[in-house]
Amino acid sequence: MEKRALKLKVNGQEYEVFINPKTLLVEVIRDHLGFTGTKRGCETVSCGACSVLVEDMVVKGCSILAVQVEGMNVTTVEGLEDNGKLSPIQRAFLDQGAYQCGFCTSGMLMSATAFLKENEGKSVTEHEIREGIEGNICRCTGYNSIVRAIDAVAQGKYKEA
Amino acid sequence: MSSELRYSTFKTNVKYSVINTNVHNVDGIAKVTGRATYTFDVTLPGMLYGKILRSPHPHAKILNIDASRALALPGVKAVATGKDTLGVKQGIWRRYPELCDEQVLPLEKVRYIGEPVAAVAAVTEEIAEAALDLIDVEYEVLPAVYEPLDAIKKDAPTIHEGVERNVNVTRHIEWGDVDEAFAEAEKDGYIREDWFRCSGQHHMCMETRAAVSSFTPDGKLTVWASTQSAYYTQGLLAGVMGMREGDVRVLAPYVGGGFGGKFELDAAMFCSAVLSKKLYRPVKIVFTREEDMIASKRRTPMFYYVRTAMTKDGMFLARESRMFSNGGAYTGMGATALYLSGFFHSFPYKWRGYRYDGYRVYTNTMPSTSMRGFGAPQAMFCSEQQIDWMCADLGLDPFEVRRKNAHTECYEVPGQAYIQSCGMTECINKIEEWVKSKGDLGPNRAIGVSSCGFMSGGIFNWFDSPYSFSSAVVTINYDGTVELHVGCQDIGQGSNTTMAIIAAETLGVKIEDIKVHSGDTDHCPADLGAWGSRQTLMAGNAVKMACEDAKKQLLEFAYAEMGLNIVYDLDIKDRWVHVIARPERGMKYEDLVKKALRAKDGQRIVGRGYYTPHRKGMISPAYSYMMQAVDAEVDPETGKIKIHEVMTAHDCGQPINPLGLIGQLEGAASMALGYAYLEDMPMDEGKLLNPNLVDYKVIKAPEMPKTGIIDIHTYEAEGPYGAKEAGEGLTNPTAAALGNAVFHAMGIQMKELPLTPERILKALREKKEQEANK
Repeated sequence: MEKRALKLKVNGQEYEVFINPKTLLVEVIRDHLGFTGTKRGCETVSCGACSVLVEDMVVKGCSILAVQVEGMNVTTVEGLEDNGKLSPIQRAFLDQGAYQCGFCTSGMLMSATAFLKENEGKSVTEHEIREGIEGNICRCTGYNSIVRAIDAVAQGKYKEA
Repeated sequence: MSSELRYSTFKTNVKYSVINTNVHNVDGIAKVTGRATYTFDVTLPGMLYGKILRSPHPHAKILNIDASRALALPGVKAVATGKDTLGVKQGIWRRYPELCDEQVLPLEKVRYIGEPVAAVAAVTEEIAEAALDLIDVEYEVLPAVYEPLDAIKKDAPTIHEGVERNVNVTRHIEWGDVDEAFAEAEKDGYIREDWFRCSGQHHMCMETRAAVSSFTPDGKLTVWASTQSAYYTQGLLAGVMGMREGDVRVLAPYVGGGFGGKFELDAAMFCSAVLSKKLYRPVKIVFTREEDMIASKRRTPMFYYVRTAMTKDGMFLARESRMFSNGGAYTGMGATALYLSGFFHSFPYKWRGYRYDGYRVYTNTMPSTSMRGFGAPQAMFCSEQQIDWMCADLGLDPFEVRRKNAHTECYEVPGQAYIQSCGMTECINKIEEWVKSKGDLGPNRAIGVSSCGFMSGGIFNWFDSPYSFSSAVVTINYDGTVELHVGCQDIGQGSNTTMAIIAAETLGVKIEDIKVHSGDTDHCPADLGAWGSRQTLMAGNAVKMACEDAKKQLLEFAYAEMGLNIVYDLDIKDRWVHVIARPERGMKYEDLVKKALRAKDGQRIVGRGYYTPHRKGMISPAYSYMMQAVDAEVDPETGKIKIHEVMTAHDCGQPINPLGLIGQLEGAASMALGYAYLEDMPMDEGKLLNPNLVDYKVIKAPEMPKTGIIDIHTYEAEGPYGAKEAGEGLTNPTAAALGNAVFHAMGIQMKELPLTPERILKALREKKEQEANK
């Protein structure tokens, strides 16, 4: 297949890549642009390690072609911090020890970020939080520390004073 | 929400500054910002990509491999087969040559579906993948055998030449007079026997096996590997490559999970090294999830025959068990699982007589090996359910029976183990209180319990020396910052944080003063790495000793400066060097370091530490103890299980890192619950039927129940600051506790894992039929 140019914005920066149209979004992010914070753990859209935000929606980066996000804003884990300042969910993960090996963490953070954005200002139940990260497999933590971290942010514990 | 840590009332007047306080993991920032770089992320200039051609047959002779069509494909740089290797049969039990049975690229025959046959290096992964289809392999298919009870038969196919009845290794454990105790029970006690089938389980590390090898013209090899032990990887690779160990550098940057599956030599490491040596270019190999599932290794499936004798009032007399494990095609770490399963099958109870005969049998399936719990989850599934059934048969209280027979402090398991600290009785008491506080749970729902214990590192080492060892080197810089070099491996369990806490506590500094260096054989001291729950106790002791060494050197200067009687009158806490009896009299740690280093002509202060257990029996220097309760409900229509809550009373001595401890408990519970009722590796003629994360079910967030931990605080004299194992042992009780919950809820006895809806419905149907026939 003939290669083509693709423009997209990742973490606020515009990029142009020259790719085979069959290239997956996660491949562009990792292999072409070098954002290796995003991981891959399966070939079956099952594990969620490659989750990123497209606009504000969480998307598994292996489930769509890069050309499908032409001109859109993509956020990866590297885009969560602001000039060295961690986002509330990143700080909550640290406080709760909501990661162990860390391989699923980037994807988990993206799903959590999307969930929190979607439910901003609403009160959320534990069950809703669990459903919010259902697409992400973590083999280390047993999820409960992650649920506590998301809950703490949802309850406003990490709001700037 | 979800989990809490409830402390028991252990009293101590020791006040720690860092130990048992809430700290962030030392690698936390790297992991929550995506900066942590795994082997999966390593890219080197000029790097090629490797792919592995795997056997489609469970058992076949390799007659010929023709790679000429693959080599003609543009972009393909090399193809390696067994003929390109030294043909070394390797294994992790290096001191026993007969157990070194695996050529990672076999020369003569393949023994399981997915076994590597050839490897390709190409400029892209796609080209390497395409080249696999162009390698022509001629096989002569051989008869195969898949189950240990078939493979052990006289007329079964021979999997390894010269291995009679495919018995790979056997293990006999015995103490006391078993036959006499059974004779006594026959007269006036109670004997029960049962057969159990325990399934396999995949480690399912989120980072699949991965390696990047770079062989350079100076004859040196550098390998980035997803490994639990850089030291083992170095030794094993040097062995198969015919190199000196010092010429092989292994780097394990961040490791995306291990769980017992990543300390043997794998095909990603070996094939990338062989290809790189051919080409003098870096070669990267990452397993796909499917490759990882069909051709790494797995938890050992086990068939257990258990015969137990007790008095009618519930005193344990004797047990004899026979176990046949499905070893798969090669030994791996499975020989150790055979041993530990048999030992922990006796835990945590006192037996007058105990006899275990374990047989590890080769089959034409993916090899089995260690996985979190190391044979003990299987052993406990059988033992702890049978105990509940015997209590029900005799009308006895399962808590009371367990308490009567439980290990206690300073108990000796005859000829096997010396128990020092032991909080087993207290664990039983606390769980009994918790269960009683829950009251009546309604129909089809009950709480099941299971006790167990686990080792804090194996005493044994079959790799090179007879002893297990850990070591650490600590260097204090001019500004007071500390470089801590350890050989222990952080695979996500948080050992770097544990070591930093122990170092900070010992030196009397803050955790942010410590930089931990691990996972690099060129710069870190030798250490067997992360397996068998060894690091907190063993590497922790080494770190403590190294820091005590460095601290004493520092305090000698303070002593001279302050004119005291003996150096031990001084201590450092929270960066304050002071007279113990008069804490206000002292100096700043940073000032002391500067003075001390000036007096040493600017040389850094270096402390060294090591640990190796001596005179601690056959198994381990210390043992954790626990009892777990699982609150579960069965839907009698569908057979589906819902887990409501898991509560664990746990004795790991002195907790070092409470946040890490909670994480280990919750993580172990999710992995062990998966083993208990979701995860399975069904095969059809050696072919795995669910080699992906769609069909292989792991616990996800919605299924994960509420968890809690009651910390039974003991002090283990052999451990650093009284600490012992936490994390691996917690995988042991869960399947049994769930089985017991199902037994008490539905009156059915589950003898096969996992507890699937089909098995539950079948047992309910059989129960109904039996009742109708009465």
